[in-house]
Amino acid sequence: MPVSKVFGAFVVNGERHEVAYPPHHTLLEVLREECDLTGTKHGCELGECGACTVRIDGKPVLSCLVLAQEVEGSDHRIDTIEGLQNGPDLHPLQDFFAELGASQCGYCSAGFLMSASELLEQNANPTRQEIKEALAGNICRCTGYIKIFEAVELAAARLRGEDAEPTKEMLHGRD
Amino acid sequence: MAGTDQDSTPDQPDPLLSGPAECGKHHHDADSAELRVIGKAWRKIDARSRATGQTKYADDLSLPRMLHMKLLRSTVAHANIKSIDTSKAEAMDGVIAVSTGAELPHTFGILPVSQDEHALCPDKVRFIGDPVAAVAAVDEETAWEACRKIEVEYEKLDPVTSVFEAANSPENRIHDYGRGGNLHRQENLEFGDLKAGFDEADHVREDMFFFEGNTHLPMEEHATLAFSDPDGKLCVMSSTQTPHYLHKALAKVLQDHLPAHKIRVIACPNGGGFGGKSDPFNHEIAAAWLSMKTGRPVKVCLTREEVFYTHRGRHPVLMKSKMAVSKTGRIKSLDFESHLDGGSYGSYGTASTFYTGALQCVTYPVENYHFRGARWFTNKAPCGPKRGHGTPQPRFALECQLDKVAVDLGINPATLRKNNLTEAFSLTANWMRIGSMGLGECIDKVVEGSGFMEKWGNLPEGKGIGLACSSYLSGAGLPIYWNAMPHSGVQLKLDRSGLVTVFCGSTDIGQGSNSILAYIVAEVFGLEPQDLRVVTSDTDLTPVDLGSYSSRVTVMTGNAALQAAERARDAMVGPIAKKLEIPKNQVTFAGGRVFDSANPETGMSFADAVAIAEAKLGTIGTTGSYRPPRAAARYKGGGVGPSPSYSYTAVVVEVDVDPETGIYTVDKLWCAHDVGRALNPALVIGQVEGGLYMGLGEAMMEEMAYRGNRFGVHKIPSMLEYKQPTSMDMPEIVTYLVEDPDPNGPFGAKEAGQGPLNPVMPGVANAVYDAVGVRVDEVPVTPEKVFDAMQKKAKGKDGRYGPTKLPNIEWPDSRKVRTPWQGGTGYDIEREEQMKKEKEAAAASSNQEGNA
Repeated sequence: MPVSKVFGAFVVNGERHEVAYPPHHTLLEVLREECDLTGTKHGCELGECGACTVRIDGKPVLSCLVLAQEVEGSDHRIDTIEGLQNGPDLHPLQDFFAELGASQCGYCSAGFLMSASELLEQNANPTRQEIKEALAGNICRCTGYIKIFEAVELAAARLRGEDAEPTKEMLHGRD
Repeated sequence: MAGTDQDSTPDQPDPLLSGPAECGKHHHDADSAELRVIGKAWRKIDARSRATGQTKYADDLSLPRMLHMKLLRSTVAHANIKSIDTSKAEAMDGVIAVSTGAELPHTFGILPVSQDEHALCPDKVRFIGDPVAAVAAVDEETAWEACRKIEVEYEKLDPVTSVFEAANSPENRIHDYGRGGNLHRQENLEFGDLKAGFDEADHVREDMFFFEGNTHLPMEEHATLAFSDPDGKLCVMSSTQTPHYLHKALAKVLQDHLPAHKIRVIACPNGGGFGGKSDPFNHEIAAAWLSMKTGRPVKVCLTREEVFYTHRGRHPVLMKSKMAVSKTGRIKSLDFESHLDGGSYGSYGTASTFYTGALQCVTYPVENYHFRGARWFTNKAPCGPKRGHGTPQPRFALECQLDKVAVDLGINPATLRKNNLTEAFSLTANWMRIGSMGLGECIDKVVEGSGFMEKWGNLPEGKGIGLACSSYLSGAGLPIYWNAMPHSGVQLKLDRSGLVTVFCGSTDIGQGSNSILAYIVAEVFGLEPQDLRVVTSDTDLTPVDLGSYSSRVTVMTGNAALQAAERARDAMVGPIAKKLEIPKNQVTFAGGRVFDSANPETGMSFADAVAIAEAKLGTIGTTGSYRPPRAAARYKGGGVGPSPSYSYTAVVVEVDVDPETGIYTVDKLWCAHDVGRALNPALVIGQVEGGLYMGLGEAMMEEMAYRGNRFGVHKIPSMLEYKQPTSMDMPEIVTYLVEDPDPNGPFGAKEAGQGPLNPVMPGVANAVYDAVGVRVDEVPVTPEKVFDAMQKKAKGKDGRYGPTKLPNIEWPDSRKVRTPWQGGTGYDIEREEQMKKEKEAAAASSNQEGNA
């Protein structure tokens, strides 16, 4: 029997999306299938991989484990990868992900970027260990995480207003 | 195809005419100072798209009236299908079509020798997860519900869940082809005089090893969207690494319905592949068929559990290695036997079997070499190619055994290896042709960086350091199906706006292959990579590239792109020289301009140069293509292993083992990789770090485990239970890039995507030995195994964890091949003698003619 839908509104990246959606669907499904915001990915639908991380009222959350109904309405603010950049300008995290190759296949990147953006809002100068802990719920199979850690550190420095440039070793290896 | 005799390979066409490029000889030694694009750490051309969520992967696509497909999968490991009743599913509201195997009778498979798969099983299931029916419905929930209403009656057969069970129950056959019983392949190759090597040796040891299977676990679950173009042509967009082979499989299975030229395959950007998306898959073909049957777009996206069943990952391999060495550690003879647990289908397994024996001789010279390999069918998810394809398992055995030999001989393991390196531009015992060879420098880098010489054997109890090396091919020397056509093709279109568009069938799986095309073409035209447009992986629009596998893409598409770009540049030179009234050899392309090298201010923009050339020559478009050089190995079975070049890697691993529990951490990893030339060092480092990470996962925790006592049920088909390293598990990594340019690579480049994974597993095992004095001859090296070995050692027994037996089987007579230093020809002896007789007969008959 085809599923029936209900009407609802979601505030995503500051814009109101009025959509019809199956009431049992997750926020992940509503974002991708009803709002057409496919930047948020899925790797397991069981809360294991972190690819679907979005921010709800500022907090990083696994959107595959949130019923869309729970976050409906203007009381909740949902932020996704599509809202991270400022107009045509990349967020420093995105800029360094691109610069260092912290996105290889890029499938996990949205989740990492949403987790990392919250970290940097909470902690302007995180240690490597704090970065590892903040990103422990996001799985990446391409990079070995090293370039992701380095990109977060460089983005943090730029957000603090410091000159942030990749070192020669990051891009060319050790002599 | 891989593994066949190449006797009939025709000679290469003259590369100066329109034939494929054989190599970039005149480029490999180009001084890096002359290069403007190559060697620089450019962003990938699609880096922005991937970091902003704008890249469209297969499951991000949707079309109006699109249906959703789900597969009903077998719940039993081994059974005949007695009946399938789909009537209740078909009667459901929202179900548009249901298909079963009877509708798609033609088989397929990646290798021509193992066409053993059906899109939907018609009469037999071979593992838990084998698909038996497909449903297309208006939404996913309805499709799942309809699958549950399909009634399948199975006649259960005993499941075969290990190589031993497979060997012991030949009457209970999983397939009705192969080498009898459940033996899929069996190979026996002998190079040189094995006995002489053993007789001359100063030291001989025999060890057994086991490498457990593991899986790719790409972040993206496989997805496919199939639809008909308005003109009736089928289009399949899929997360595949090999659109060309998917195209071939679709054409074969759908042969009764439409010809190959009406099928279009587009490989979407892959959300990770690692070899797991390089077979044509049942879900891709079923979705295509249902879209034809319904006249509507059909999409399928596998669940993570289904990705585990789709698998095609690392083969579990049981190995025995008998090594004879001189007192300096030179390998006099190596006698190697491998048993691969292939799972339920052929997949790449024939190639995988050969790969367990192909690369043992490319790192250290082996004077005489014997390889026996067997692949067994079992009722588990099919194994196939994962990063390193068939070579990490024997590499683990070889590097661990060398570590033991070093201890036996009282030689430092780094010294032993450094003193026994193959020579650049030499042939191995099994006729692999080595090109540039930078392993010595790699060892020097990691040994010096880590302080290995001082630390090895001298760290406090519980702390350990281990070294291992490896090599990998830069592309398979032969295509998967035999043909004389190029392996890679590139077309260029030059537009009067100044835009250069590069068309190539290659598929970017995150490694940056699209960017590589841009770098090479930009270098030739003096442009910046971002100024180009790259169109790839579309069988309608782009010339064939065989796919993203065997680390072939940079070398092969790179050479093809280089040839196409040089042809276009060379064509433009005449009209430009005439316009500027200068000799042709003064026409220079750089900085987005074309100018007189003697008077750089005299010139024009690149766009104006294209316009001048176009006015003179007509529309400007060129092609380039590449085919690897003919292999030296001519014996039957020598088709797997030859490559245009080999990359080399050395790692040092430092571990901290708790002597009470066996729990250990990897604290630091040093890796040096000989990549020939880094076309973009940042991308190479990304591949190296990613390979090391994946190797650490295999070394420490990853395993495809089945419940043998529960009829082959997968133990852990989820990302939570299938342990893989997280951000918390990553050690500090030091990477060194060693650049020893190879004449067959574009600008000297060799591979980087697979090689660096291979030495990690033996590096970890060797470090654990240095830390606590026990040998874990099995991957993964889990704390339980370390603990078990330490317990044995404490009780005065052999401090070892590992296998103690192999299946005991009959082997066919070996195919004997003389080594290059025995005066061999690359053919096996039997063929050499046959050729000699043919020659004598021909001489005799021409003599007779002369006499007559």
